[in-house]
Amino acid sequence: MTGTGAARPAGTSGAPGRPSMAGGTLRGVIRDRPLIPLVILFVGLVAVLELAKPGIVNGNWVATTVRAAIPLAILGGCQTLAMLTGGIDLSVGAIASMAAFLMATLTIGQGPVVALVVALLAAAVAGLINGIGVGVFKVHPLIMTLGMSLVVLGLMSVYQLVMVQAGILIPDAIQWLGSDISFGFAPNSLVVFVPVAVLIVVGLRRTGYGRLLFAVGDNPIASRLAGARVWQVLVALYVLSAILSAIAGFLLAGLLNNATVSLAEQSVLPSVAAAVIGGTSIMGGRGGYSGTIVGALILTVLTTLLTVLEMPEAVRQVLFGAIIVAVAAAYTRVTGES
Amino acid sequence: MSASIETTPRGRTALAEVAVAWARRNTWTLGLIGLLVVFLSLTKLIQPNYGAPGIQGLAISILPIAFAAVAQAIVVMSGGIDLSVGPMMALASVTSAVLMKGQTELVAIPIVLGVLVLGLAVGAINGGLVVVTRVPDIVVTLAMSFVWAGAALLILNTPGGGAAPWLMAMISGPLGNPWIPKALIVLAVIVAVVWIPLRRSTLGLSLYAIGSHPLAAFRSGVPVGRTKILAYALTGFFSALGGLALTASAGVGAPVPGSYTLQSIAAIVLGGVSLAGGRGGILGPIIAVIVLALVRTDLTFIGVDPNWGTAIQGAILIGVVMFGSVLAMRKVRA
Repeated sequence: MTGTGAARPAGTSGAPGRPSMAGGTLRGVIRDRPLIPLVILFVGLVAVLELAKPGIVNGNWVATTVRAAIPLAILGGCQTLAMLTGGIDLSVGAIASMAAFLMATLTIGQGPVVALVVALLAAAVAGLINGIGVGVFKVHPLIMTLGMSLVVLGLMSVYQLVMVQAGILIPDAIQWLGSDISFGFAPNSLVVFVPVAVLIVVGLRRTGYGRLLFAVGDNPIASRLAGARVWQVLVALYVLSAILSAIAGFLLAGLLNNATVSLAEQSVLPSVAAAVIGGTSIMGGRGGYSGTIVGALILTVLTTLLTVLEMPEAVRQVLFGAIIVAVAAAYTRVTGES
Repeated sequence: MSASIETTPRGRTALAEVAVAWARRNTWTLGLIGLLVVFLSLTKLIQPNYGAPGIQGLAISILPIAFAAVAQAIVVMSGGIDLSVGPMMALASVTSAVLMKGQTELVAIPIVLGVLVLGLAVGAINGGLVVVTRVPDIVVTLAMSFVWAGAALLILNTPGGGAAPWLMAMISGPLGNPWIPKALIVLAVIVAVVWIPLRRSTLGLSLYAIGSHPLAAFRSGVPVGRTKILAYALTGFFSALGGLALTASAGVGAPVPGSYTLQSIAAIVLGGVSLAGGRGGILGPIIAVIVLALVRTDLTFIGVDPNWGTAIQGAILIGVVMFGSVLAMRKVRA
């Protein structure tokens, strides 16, 4: 369905024949160390922001930026993992909202611990169904997760009507995690995010499961023939993605001190954008999580910058779109894949 | 039935043969037509006074989604996908509404034509980017969905503008018989005038060819890049029609579209268009749109909370695709 093969016949002849020294080095850097140009871009954006509004960049700004970027970075992590296998998870927004809303409504009657457990379980079930659909029934991930997001959103709308008089309550601990800042520059959500990030980065590089994700994305048939149980890899992936989404949903609810059935819906496309900007290929087999984290930071700073420049929301959307295409095109050029 | 065919003398009409061949090639569409009949009867059963007015309302409400489904079907058949169908519709809707506000009936004609050209151009930009950058179409069109949605918001921040009365009259009300809604006729005429000649031309064959096997198409001399851009341009064109239908049915332009992209994908999958490209038609997705709308209507009639509708639509989408893939898997094993 990603019919880029169309351009291959024309492209293959041109790709290897570019011996230009400087170009080659730059390409090499972008291809092998995509983090370096990304960090440069990030620093550049921060510099522009400081120029646009001198004095804005301080400890408090760092804290609020990181705090805003963390839920996006976690959702971006879901996309990174899914995209490494050649998939995509468009249900992250619905599942994150569901988890946050379940937690907020159940806290009053059942207490925060039960509420969190139920929310995580519900997310895991949704992820399990995603995984079975993609892994066992070979449904295209785009369709599967899109359908799942409709199911989850619909069920939550019904549940919302049932629970309409119950009200919502965000547990104190979640509020502390989601919105409080320690030492003037460190948001408490780092307590959750740092382990998650370390787990994903190290897990992808050092564990067998991480290698399997790359292998499945690179060549599913070869990995199956090599003895990998592709469907188990995929089921585990989508369950993991749903649980990460739920965690992002909790943090968002804590940050906003609110939970609705469409809390995280706005973050779905930016989460894909963060992964794409971070250098993960939607075709599978190429990418990593550190790039996605920087991608989420870049998107957050860009949003701040456009707000500071008093650009309307519409301009922000147009620029987001243009940047994603430009960055993805640059990656495709330097890696020579199609 | 097959027995009677075999015993028919050689003089059997060519028409019957064509019909049988068509039925064999379009089992999925036939199944959908059956489903449509089932749901229509079910609706009548649940709500005995469901009649001509119900059909009229149904036809107007499905028109924008039907155009969206046609738009999506064309690009998916050519091996791509366009996640910016909804925003493109919004862009066309606000552009037409803003330009038409306060204009005379006559001026509205070039405006409508202009919006269609805009749709072609916007779609061609999508396709051009997919071809030139070689970035996967999902990423490009996802990104462009931001761009077009933003552009629509820049043109019109809140619902507003106006629509020419003739445009609104074109899709509302019956044509002659109260059972024949104008909206359905408009849909049928436009699809017949634009799609059927195209489908029969070399270009139409090329569209299917690049969807089915781009490399083989390239080696057979199909200009793959150009055809792909054209497929996206056609998607933009039909999205613009969907946007015009939105303006015409509401009387104003809406800068934030509903979930038309999702609905278009649901409709084409139900309508038998293969996401792998190269397979499917236009009729299936249109019938699928009607069936999905009827499901919602029936649910409202039997007093189910409309919120269940979203969940059920998602479940149908997943169920149908799973069913299709199980069928495909069994075929491979057999």
